[in-house]
Amino acid sequence: MSILTIFYILAAFTLATGFLTVVSKNPIHSAIYLVLCFFSVAGHYLMFNAQFLSLVHIIVYAGAIMVLILFTIMLMNLNKENEPNKNLLSKISAAIAFGLLGFVMLATFIKTMPIIDTYKQSGQDYQSIKVLGKVLLNEYMVPFEFASVLLLVAMIGAVLLSKKSTSIQ
Amino acid sequence: MQNILEQIGIENYIYLSVLLFCIGAFGVLYRRNAIIMFMSIEIMLNAVNLLLVAFSTYHQDAQGQVFVFFSMAVAAAEVAVGLSILVSIFRNTGSIDIDNLKNLKG
Repeated sequence: MSILTIFYILAAFTLATGFLTVVSKNPIHSAIYLVLCFFSVAGHYLMFNAQFLSLVHIIVYAGAIMVLILFTIMLMNLNKENEPNKNLLSKISAAIAFGLLGFVMLATFIKTMPIIDTYKQSGQDYQSIKVLGKVLLNEYMVPFEFASVLLLVAMIGAVLLSKKSTSIQ
Repeated sequence: MQNILEQIGIENYIYLSVLLFCIGAFGVLYRRNAIIMFMSIEIMLNAVNLLLVAFSTYHQDAQGQVFVFFSMAVAAAEVAVGLSILVSIFRNTGSIDIDNLKNLKG
């Protein structure tokens, strides 16, 4: 089995689960399909030999974000299959917009030329965890610290927003 | 380690990312359920991240992967704040259908 076959299977799986996420009636099913989609994207990262990003992707997306979304769905008791306000016009226009967006972007990229004619492997290590850690903590030290500040602010904001406000009523 | 872009080609990854991004945009337009719209936004973010990693491998440069790392941190923060906004919307209106949020319409 060539690597191209593996890519096609993985890409078809990614697109199918992504589409099922969008069209599933039940939000729980959507969340499960989205987890599968994230795992297949992590598989794409593994095919690029980007081990660090693959692991971080599984931990952050499939671990943290999906647990948060599933917890919210369960908390709000949304796992029933009702979709209010079936507006046919907005759905048709969404499908037309989807088709046009896909057509324009594919038509843009289908005639592009690669800037490198014959692709050559330079042979140096550029994406192992060791190299990425050095890049992250040497060149990108300040953005790395600010990412921690961002996460702290997001945490405080989430707690403040979801706290039951008793002073208003 | 043989580079897979020699066998697959960057074009296939561009097409995959474009299609995944279009699926995400379709989800935002098609569904009225706010949580599904959030998931569609995550799909779009994933498509862009996948293309960044593909071009990082194409140029054999680690900067693209560092950028994807920061994009993941921002996505985590965005989901936390967005879901708490959804919880407070649900507490006030009793549903998360975004068509109910018309209070600012004049």
